[in-house]
Amino acid sequence: MTTTSTSPGRSFADAPGWGKTVALFAACANDVMFPQAPIATTRLLERLGCRVVFPKKQTCCGQPLVNTGYYDETVPIVRNFAKAFEGYDYVVAPSGSCVGAVRHQHQMLADHAKDPGLRRDVDAVVAATFDISEFLVDVLGVTDVGAYFPHVVTYHPTCHSLRVAHVGDKPMRLLQAVRGITIKDLPDADRCCGFGGTFALKNPDVSVAMAADKARNVASTGAEYLVAGDNLCLLNISGVLGRQQSGIRPIHLVEVLASTEEES
Amino acid sequence: MSTEARDAILGRVRAALADLPPLTPEADTPVAWTYGQPRALDNILDQFEDRIIDYRAAFERCTPATLAEHVVGALQTYGTASVVLPSGLPRSISDAVAAAGLEVRLDEPQLTRIELDATSAVVTTCAVAAAETGTIMLDHGPGQGRRALSLVPDVHVCIVLADQVVSDVPEAVARIAPAIRERRPITWISGGSATSDIELSRVEGVHGPRTLHVLLVDGS
Amino acid sequence: MSKKLPVVTSRGGTVEPPRLTPAPPPGRLIDSPRFPAQAKVELGNPVQRKNLHHAMTTIRDKRARVAGELDNWEDLRLAGEAIKNRTLRHLDTYLVQLEENLTAAGTEVHWARDAEEANRIIVGLVEASLGETREVVKIKSMATQEIDMNEALEEAGIAAWETDLAELIVQLGHDRPSHILVPAIHRNRSEVREIFNAEMGTYGRPAPEGLDTEPKNLAGAARLHLREKFLRSKVAISGANFMVADTGTLVIVESEGNGRMCLTLADTLISVVGIEKIVPTVEDLEVFLQLLPRSSTGERMNPYTSMWTGPASGDGPQTMHVVLIDNGRTQVLSDPKGREALRCIRCSACINVCPVYEKVGGHAYGSVYPGPIGAVLTPQLRGVTSAVDASLPYASTLCGACFDVCPVRIPLPDLLVHMRHKVVEGKKAKGGVHTESAIMKATGRMFSHPRLWAAAVNAGALGGKALTGRVKHFGPLPWPLSKWTNARDVPIPPTESFRAWYARTHHEDGSLK
Repeated sequence: MTTTSTSPGRSFADAPGWGKTVALFAACANDVMFPQAPIATTRLLERLGCRVVFPKKQTCCGQPLVNTGYYDETVPIVRNFAKAFEGYDYVVAPSGSCVGAVRHQHQMLADHAKDPGLRRDVDAVVAATFDISEFLVDVLGVTDVGAYFPHVVTYHPTCHSLRVAHVGDKPMRLLQAVRGITIKDLPDADRCCGFGGTFALKNPDVSVAMAADKARNVASTGAEYLVAGDNLCLLNISGVLGRQQSGIRPIHLVEVLASTEEES
Repeated sequence: MSTEARDAILGRVRAALADLPPLTPEADTPVAWTYGQPRALDNILDQFEDRIIDYRAAFERCTPATLAEHVVGALQTYGTASVVLPSGLPRSISDAVAAAGLEVRLDEPQLTRIELDATSAVVTTCAVAAAETGTIMLDHGPGQGRRALSLVPDVHVCIVLADQVVSDVPEAVARIAPAIRERRPITWISGGSATSDIELSRVEGVHGPRTLHVLLVDGS
Repeated sequence: MSKKLPVVTSRGGTVEPPRLTPAPPPGRLIDSPRFPAQAKVELGNPVQRKNLHHAMTTIRDKRARVAGELDNWEDLRLAGEAIKNRTLRHLDTYLVQLEENLTAAGTEVHWARDAEEANRIIVGLVEASLGETREVVKIKSMATQEIDMNEALEEAGIAAWETDLAELIVQLGHDRPSHILVPAIHRNRSEVREIFNAEMGTYGRPAPEGLDTEPKNLAGAARLHLREKFLRSKVAISGANFMVADTGTLVIVESEGNGRMCLTLADTLISVVGIEKIVPTVEDLEVFLQLLPRSSTGERMNPYTSMWTGPASGDGPQTMHVVLIDNGRTQVLSDPKGREALRCIRCSACINVCPVYEKVGGHAYGSVYPGPIGAVLTPQLRGVTSAVDASLPYASTLCGACFDVCPVRIPLPDLLVHMRHKVVEGKKAKGGVHTESAIMKATGRMFSHPRLWAAAVNAGALGGKALTGRVKHFGPLPWPLSKWTNARDVPIPPTESFRAWYARTHHEDGSLK
């Protein structure tokens, strides 16, 4: 794995993403509420030489429904996902949670539907689906993406990116290569923020108690920005931080990676 | 009544597993594990000593020649008045203990629970010990006595021979398995009794001997 | 069977005779409130929250350290998983083999289909063994809690004395356990002293004069209080951590020595064990006796482990019984996905690592088993129809920390989702109108029809345009949105969705406009 800097003047053919077409999987919540993350993903991948397309048929990975126990209602969503992303070598999302859901649950749901054809389609899509951090490190072979973000940050590894998508230390390695950045360790980093999808609505009191713990830990770092790879976890933690007037701003990992000196 | 319940339960189990292929357990579920493997340790006896001390038990080394005097020394350290000596202990030990003026109690005829409760200490040998976990295993054969003997008195002096110490649990289980198959009762002891039930503060010595004193006999 | 009879008063009425043991809290666990409701109550207990945070953090760190010491820890977990799978997939074979060997070793084997049958058998066995004393000593056993054995014995006029320190605190405190390994973790030391001072004297040797709150002195008081019970015990009741099929050996893993006391001093030993607690061979113990101590108390080895194979001549109980209980386990076994939960060796590692458990403690779960394993196993054993059982699978954020520490690799997050599916299917089967189900159906439709979703995305952007300049973010909103916004600000939707931005800046083939 090489760390390649994308300095200007480099020919396109040297760019790590040259010749690769990426189907962007925006993630439903991002499409509506946090477009900056898929926008940053697009810009970053293009900067690295990829061609980025947006298959319009995409909707959602289905996680909110299947995780609440509604398997039958999720099967058509799985079918739509497989169709929307059919034929692409790389399906990339700025969301460890959604990627984890696709890789961990879509095959189970195809089997639940007793549909071997769907299972085959799902197998193909699963093999092509990556979180942005994995795509950068494992497929493009870069940890230094030429980013510049002169701020103090702390990073929260979201549970599903860690334990379902298994992105490992890739996000941290990418952050560490960002110029100008100062990274503060987050105490109890791997403890859940309390979001848990519908958990926040079914068990609001416990959810808030857990989010309060996480917010306290974030605030204790003195960071200006809270970074994470999933926008709904960020929404949860930053929502509490905002209510406390903490001044700490949330930002998605990919937005940090997409920041350059020119833009600052 | 019991046959009816037995048949019902076994019937339910078989019905529950009807989705599985008719294979033997071994063919159906391979277990990727090699039993009885030693753990690589720099020095088995040193590791054993480390762990015993870590459990806040006492530890001393001696030779076969000095064993008896160490037993007496240990008992005297704890102000022992009376000590139960299981049958099968070397004669030299019982002689030395008696000569030191300590009251020797034998378990023949068996001591009552009250008598045992009033006995200060017990001395036993052991069957095998595991270094990595600091575990001593008794199979209650000669020199070890029935289980209550090493349970009720407050001081337990345990004699471990160097060649009884193996690296870790897998080797120890392999060594103790024949005794289990002979239907001997087995007791594993790793330090003294303890509890963390109150606010998770560890407290040593609830039931069971509050003092464990290990004598490692090394002839080399 | 001599049941306790009501006492006839001088006025000719009857009153219940005084209890032999402290009364537990009234009501059945299965009638507990839904998890969210009870959780809210528990969140309001600062003593418990402090205890839980300290205890769970400590025990998590210990477990991580000792598991990390073994370079083959992952291989051990895989072996534990495989051995338990082999056992469960051939449980009939191993049960028959176990019974043969138990019998050959001189242990009488009994089978109980459910709690009621188990208690009937146990009470009968105890009655047959007792002389004048109407009491038994017991070692901590989840199986006996599951069947509520203590109360069955109380009703038959037999006192069952808990001898595990935490269970003693719970019993004397008229309480219920809140953890499967450290059941009194919700109590602090001053509460324990109060309980000992108030209750020990009623049920045996009183607490010493001037007892303080030092844990070692509290433990010392328990030692003295229990000593006389051990020394006069005739009948002991235990569970078992493992039963070895090829020898008929039972294994008990403990810390305090109360197990050894019960197992060696009584004349009769009755062991109540779930049918799934089998391992095939003696050699298999080498795997589990590495996995269990490190996963449960976070030690390299627990202080005492006892193994016995039938009565030993001149040593300990000469009459032995094993009561094998089903109590819903065969039901779990019949579910090809759900049966993975039966691998559980009751170590509590999942409970100790669960961020939800740490906040609310065990009483919120309305079940003998709390935490992740409880949220899976209890609805499997009891069914998903009661209010609390339908809520348990949702008592989790699916963070996955539990699977990482489970020594037998039970896929707890997957099983939680699996049980949520069972709850949903159960509700559908019952019929009627359910808001959540309707919302999910509509959401499912929206997400499986790209045009519907695209329209929803546009609507969001329109909403954003309407609010921009007027509102910076959403503060508290009415119910049900209040569930979120009571504690958190929410940004207003942006004015341009991602797909609109992409359509504006790119051609469909990915080239820039």
